[in-house]
Amino acid sequence: MSPTSSTVAVPPPASPDATPAAGTLFGAWWSSGRSDLAAHVAHFGPLPVPRRVDDQWCDRFAAAVASSGLTGRGGAAFPSARKLALVRAGRAGGLLVVNASEGEPASAKDAALVSCAPHLVLDGAELTALAVRAERVVVCVADDRPDTALAVTYAVAERAGTGLSPVPVDIRRPPGRFVTGEESALVSWLDGGPAAPSFRPRRGTLLTVGRRPVLVHNAETLAHVALIARAGAAAFRRTGPAEAPGTLLTTITGAVERPGVYEVAMGTPLGEVLGRAAPRQAVAAVLTGGFGGSWVPGTALATPYAPGDLARIGGVVGAGVLVVLPRSSCGVAETARIAAFMAGESAGQCGPCVFGLPAVAADLAALAEGRPDAALGARLSGRLGAVDGRGACRHPDGVVRMVRSALSVFADDVRAHLRGAPCPGLRRPSVLPPARPR
Amino acid sequence: MAPTVRGTGEVTVKVNPVACEAYGYCAELLPELVTLDEWGYPVVDGRPVPDRLVDLAVAAARRCPRRALLVETAPPPSPRRR
Repeated sequence: MSPTSSTVAVPPPASPDATPAAGTLFGAWWSSGRSDLAAHVAHFGPLPVPRRVDDQWCDRFAAAVASSGLTGRGGAAFPSARKLALVRAGRAGGLLVVNASEGEPASAKDAALVSCAPHLVLDGAELTALAVRAERVVVCVADDRPDTALAVTYAVAERAGTGLSPVPVDIRRPPGRFVTGEESALVSWLDGGPAAPSFRPRRGTLLTVGRRPVLVHNAETLAHVALIARAGAAAFRRTGPAEAPGTLLTTITGAVERPGVYEVAMGTPLGEVLGRAAPRQAVAAVLTGGFGGSWVPGTALATPYAPGDLARIGGVVGAGVLVVLPRSSCGVAETARIAAFMAGESAGQCGPCVFGLPAVAADLAALAEGRPDAALGARLSGRLGAVDGRGACRHPDGVVRMVRSALSVFADDVRAHLRGAPCPGLRRPSVLPPARPR
Repeated sequence: MAPTVRGTGEVTVKVNPVACEAYGYCAELLPELVTLDEWGYPVVDGRPVPDRLVDLAVAAARRCPRRALLVETAPPPSPRRR
């Protein structure tokens, strides 16, 4: 894969009147072309920092987050209010972690958000930190994203002495690897351990650094919190369906004229979302949710882009990644490339992931090349079953889901490959975003 | 929490995949519940352990050199108290 690191620009909205409805998070940036504190405050108004942080204020803040229906924008779509409640129940003096580590190669939304609207992210982080009585905000930006880290550094410096930084902010630079963004991996690294996921046999376990509780939120989630704190939960709910309110940032890449980061309303038909980035030709399939996501066929573009609707056709919103595969490409070959990359991104802890993912990737490589042995089909499906759900984190499960979706969406092509007659598109260059240098 | 009386809660075996290094003792000692995948790592199905196998499961967990086999007792299904 190419060693070049590409910064994805935030493209202009389709038309000027599209800005207010579907341009909330980047509002200050659109109206002023600036990302500094003055432009931010001029556009969004002052941050409602409470004069006194008492239980009443904390309850009101938590209630607003709860009634907004906000879910995490980092991939898991977990209700933000439930995470907040779990940490509020713990002891004071913990950490509020802003997860902008963005290990997914196909995602650029956290980088775009932190570059164009750093103060919105920090607003949300400060308020949330106050509400859970955290003693520090820790912004995590991967060590291979220097531009993003610089944007945070500037923004943090700008807020010093303004009263907008009641909780002090640290910037930390975890290794830029796929699994680093998994919250238990991030917390392990912050606690001085490896940037590798922990085995948590019970869900809903409180994460800790030392004995201090840690709340990890994706950067975009916190930017939405900042808007909810200003305009209220009802305003947030005005966009998107009742069961998945609000907007989300999506990174659209692949065979499109205008790759970039777009803010769209939840529930917008998938085809309309992709239309913002102008697909170059007929869409054969779309990789939804990133390298550990799921392929959906080009015939399903009327599906609303929201977690529940997408799940019904086997798709994933995840962190908002959409990669457009054109008819001229070979989906099997692209799937094999992703599987190979993901095998290399294992944290190296769990046997089924360490040995299973390379085995799956090898089967897919042979399949893509059209030189399968007679046992390949059965062996591959057996291996997918053997890997699924057997890691400490969901990294192997994501790969299994992505590969299974490929076997279904590209079923005709797979049959041809199994017969030793691979797609004509096999030798075409990949449309996948380049993996960043490691 | 009061100690769970056997039979009131479901006993399951789990594998800590981070700790496990594929020694394979568990599959030798507890073939009824543990099989090995093609790379030698234990596969468990998550179903409740039958009462007659609970002692064997506990013994197998004790003999794992990595302490990676976990025998867990779920709380009784109903919150009814005696």
